[in-house]
Amino acid sequence: MNSRAQVYLFAFIFILLGASLTVYKQQVLGFPLTPGQLDTVWTIEAEVSFDADGDRSIKASLGLPDIAAGYELLSESFSSSGFGFDIVGTATDQRRALWTKRQGNGEQQLYYRLQIAAIQPLELPHLPPQGDDIYLPEWLHAERDVASNLVRRATELSADPASLARQILLLLNSDDVDADFLRRAYQHSSNAQLAQQLLAHAGQHARLTRGIMLEDDRRNLSPDTMLEVWSEDRWVAFDPTTANQGYPRNFLVWQRGDSSLFEVSGGSNSLVRFSMNSNRLSAKAVAMQSPNRLHAPLLDFSIFTLPVEKQNAFKSILLVPIGILLVAIFRILVGLRTSGTFMPVLIALAFIETNLATGLITFLTIVGVGLWLRSYLSRINLLLVARISVVVIMVIILMASFSVISYKLGLDEVLAITFFPMIIIAWTIERMSILWEEDGAKEVLIQGGGSLLVAMVAYLAMTNSYVTHLTFNFPEILLIEAGLILLLGQYSGYRLSEFYRFRFMGRSG
Amino acid sequence: MIGFASKVQLDNFGLLSMNCRNLEFISRYNKRRLYPLVDNKLLTKQAALAADIAVPELIGSVKTPFEVNQLEQILGERTKFVIKPARGSAGKGILVITRREGNDFYKASGSKLSLQDLKRDISNILSGLYSLGGKPDVALIESLIQFDPGLARYSYQGVPDIRVIVFQGYPVMAMLRCSTAESDGKANLHQGAVGVGLAVRDGKARSAVQNGDLVSLHPDTNEPFGDLQIPHWETILQLTARCYELTGLGYIGCDVVLDSQLGPLILELNARPGLAIQIANQRGLLPRLRHVEALQPNPDIDARVQLAASTFDQL
Repeated sequence: MNSRAQVYLFAFIFILLGASLTVYKQQVLGFPLTPGQLDTVWTIEAEVSFDADGDRSIKASLGLPDIAAGYELLSESFSSSGFGFDIVGTATDQRRALWTKRQGNGEQQLYYRLQIAAIQPLELPHLPPQGDDIYLPEWLHAERDVASNLVRRATELSADPASLARQILLLLNSDDVDADFLRRAYQHSSNAQLAQQLLAHAGQHARLTRGIMLEDDRRNLSPDTMLEVWSEDRWVAFDPTTANQGYPRNFLVWQRGDSSLFEVSGGSNSLVRFSMNSNRLSAKAVAMQSPNRLHAPLLDFSIFTLPVEKQNAFKSILLVPIGILLVAIFRILVGLRTSGTFMPVLIALAFIETNLATGLITFLTIVGVGLWLRSYLSRINLLLVARISVVVIMVIILMASFSVISYKLGLDEVLAITFFPMIIIAWTIERMSILWEEDGAKEVLIQGGGSLLVAMVAYLAMTNSYVTHLTFNFPEILLIEAGLILLLGQYSGYRLSEFYRFRFMGRSG
Repeated sequence: MIGFASKVQLDNFGLLSMNCRNLEFISRYNKRRLYPLVDNKLLTKQAALAADIAVPELIGSVKTPFEVNQLEQILGERTKFVIKPARGSAGKGILVITRREGNDFYKASGSKLSLQDLKRDISNILSGLYSLGGKPDVALIESLIQFDPGLARYSYQGVPDIRVIVFQGYPVMAMLRCSTAESDGKANLHQGAVGVGLAVRDGKARSAVQNGDLVSLHPDTNEPFGDLQIPHWETILQLTARCYELTGLGYIGCDVVLDSQLGPLILELNARPGLAIQIANQRGLLPRLRHVEALQPNPDIDARVQLAASTFDQL
């Protein structure tokens, strides 16, 4: 088989394989070919820590969040080294993670980690309070009078249980004498607990919820408490410190009602702490992580199994072949001259970080000033390696001074200048400078313009949301790209530019 | 239509395109391992001398930065010489000195250079400034061609040289490259030099082209190209045809200069000769190349030259 046939065969196999894998993923695994909306994916880690007593058996439990409200559970995992582990609870009860151990010594840490995606605004479940009994607090005589007084004053200012709860919280947070008395009498109770007891005293159903504010990159948070009161047909939430109504955005309710958030027996100094971070992933990547998908063999060994941070690195790496394909098209089919084969791709990658306009302006300025400085270097006698090294240092100085100047002027975009590949820029300056001396400014404009044109087209392609979606979610497309490039490598026809170059052919007859 | 040529037009001419040249001729007929011989002019010259192929006289070579300081001794009392990189391409880095007064050297254009300037140029060559991929290089110092007065009329400064494409040992197409004021004394067509297509049969001018367009007079010397005929044409065909055996490369461009005393000399060889020769000749290369591909390999140089002279002008 001759070499041409081999190339066609391989190109055909590559393209067929890439296309069929793509179709398989789309049809069978349900990956859509177009990008959907971006979802925020939160990774939250709860850490229960305590000092084990040593001679007693240890039992630690953690209430697990009820994910039904507003979030989709993507995965959860537990660390239970040396501990027996179980999840207890039923569909109606709150689930609890239970760690048990016969004996233990010293500091212990137990982890629970979950990944959730916010899919819709938080909507509270409005199950009515169970039973008609309201647990009445056992007040001492003096406190009961003060409490009654306080409730009466709040009732006068309110219309329904929700506004009553708000008034009670406002009073508790003020320097009112009654509130002050109660706070001092129940030093170990929080405002939320006091408010719950006062509402019970007023004959209203109220409960505490514990949860966390979802904020990116937070560590060692303790849980926040909120107060919920049953008002007519729904639970209304209040922030016990501000008396504001409703849950703040991004508040994840972890646990509701009277059961504790966590319990430890056989240990002391117990504490629960939360850490979290967020990623914005496409809806498909989120769907990907749903536990039921994970066992398709194609996915088990795919980029998606990497840590999210590494996935992000591959996002841009997988775009490079798109740029390379474009360079091949421009050089082989169009006949555009570029300075340095893949320089345009690297420039395009830098443009992605800086955005096009800023990138273009900074690139042109650096190369322009660099060429001007380089023209002096060509008058002094330097060996090539030394000269190109000086140019690299010049480029670094230019980049640093541009950054500083633009930062002082408040142009933060220019700071992304560091994403430009300085060695490539130095070589570009060097080549352009020689080109200028030998072939004149016209040739510099042709090649420089060609490079920039290809870089801009590559930039537009590489930032297109469909292209980024496809390259990242369907890495099989690499095979299609390889096949296309193989085919381009066999193209022996005219370049577009040759129709211009040879336009005078045959004028003499 | 003047803005662009159509595909049919180019096909009718049998135009060899860049992609086609690379894919079907250079990568098929030129073995990679044979490239160094033509890419390095010092090696070419040594091989040519060994094969008794005429080349310009080598005054000396500078291989190390240390030897740069011996430039004065190498030059001796020479007043006319050329400094060039052994691996340069497209005429880059070539310095032509036509006059000397003491240690002041004058280029063809009249600009003055000091000995220090020459040394700087040689250092640049050694450090690989002009070589492909920036590889360290060697500088050659050759005696300046005393170019043939018959051709001098067709050149503004610089040496007019003859480019012959040799395919499988057959000289298939030829042109004369005449430098102009616009090309700054250089013989590169894309810099504005005039390309004159030559008949393979007798070395007579067929058509002349500057910047892609037809011309009939040299723009600076106003000599008509119509009555141009290259002397020693038979020798030139012989010389270039022998370069096939010299290099083993199937598809090469041979650059020939005419010295008034020494006759035709091989200046350099090129394993990736350009396509502009087709514009100068107003003929495509493909029909001639396909014709040769259909022939049996022929080791007889005289027979190849005769076939070339009798056949290719009609294709």
